[in-house]
Amino acid sequence: MVEWTDFERATIADIFSKMEYEVIGPAALSRCLVVYPWTQRYFGNFGNLYNAAAIIGNPLVAKHGTTILHGLDRAVKNMDNIKSEYAELSVLHSEKLHVDPDNFKLLSDCLTIVVSAKLGKEFNGEVQAAFQKFLAVVVNSLGRQYH
Amino acid sequence: MTSLTAKDKDRVKTFWAKVSGKVEDIGSEAMARMLIVYPQTKTYFAHWKDVSPFSPSAKKHGITVMGGVAFAVTKIDDLKAGLLNLSELHAFTLRVDPANFKIMSHCIMVVMANMFPEDFTPQIHVAMDKFLSALALALAEKYR
Repeated sequence: MVEWTDFERATIADIFSKMEYEVIGPAALSRCLVVYPWTQRYFGNFGNLYNAAAIIGNPLVAKHGTTILHGLDRAVKNMDNIKSEYAELSVLHSEKLHVDPDNFKLLSDCLTIVVSAKLGKEFNGEVQAAFQKFLAVVVNSLGRQYH
Repeated sequence: MTSLTAKDKDRVKTFWAKVSGKVEDIGSEAMARMLIVYPQTKTYFAHWKDVSPFSPSAKKHGITVMGGVAFAVTKIDDLKAGLLNLSELHAFTLRVDPANFKIMSHCIMVVMANMFPEDFTPQIHVAMDKFLSALALALAEKYR
């Protein structure tokens, strides 16, 4: 079981309470597709991903980025049971979507950088540590059901 | 990993010019974050009187590390040759596990995004990520 400090719980709740899903989600996913272009393999039917500008302006990428970010909501709401919360999604990503779980880490690194840019001074070392710990737990849970 | 294209080098140099005034701040902030977010990195600094993230030693060391990155920017056309001495230092004297270079690179980029949100675009991000990866590779050159 993951142990969360009061600070960590409060930090995660705070960040997500004021999260602009439609801005941060698209920014994180498009950044991932630009910085780690091999991740584009999962989005063959998303249309134009030929260059950074196309990716950043792509409405399907934007929509999916928002969807993914909202996917974190269940972890935020139930931090003590993230593993079971994501069991089904883990099976989905493994059996149906066939996503290499290493990609989850790449996306979470991009999300960290986007949130860092958004929050500025507020995103200090301790906040970063809490945020990265939270994402690491989610990433781990998403990879759990792979076999 | 692929080598740096002309565009990558251009982007790194352009962004570096923008942030050159804040290089010391970036360094000490990245160092502090590394010690906080990845506490295992503190094992390399057991000889410091004060291993806390904002101690004078940590601050100074962040500046030193960032000075190394700045130096690497000037050697961007041949990092392997340019960083030979630093590689020997890290291989034979410091013996820092190269996995930590990735950790430090991540912290540097989190700080760059934090301090320069408008300038650290995805395009600059990928160029910087490639550069820091190439830098780490050059630094590990003499390890074995």
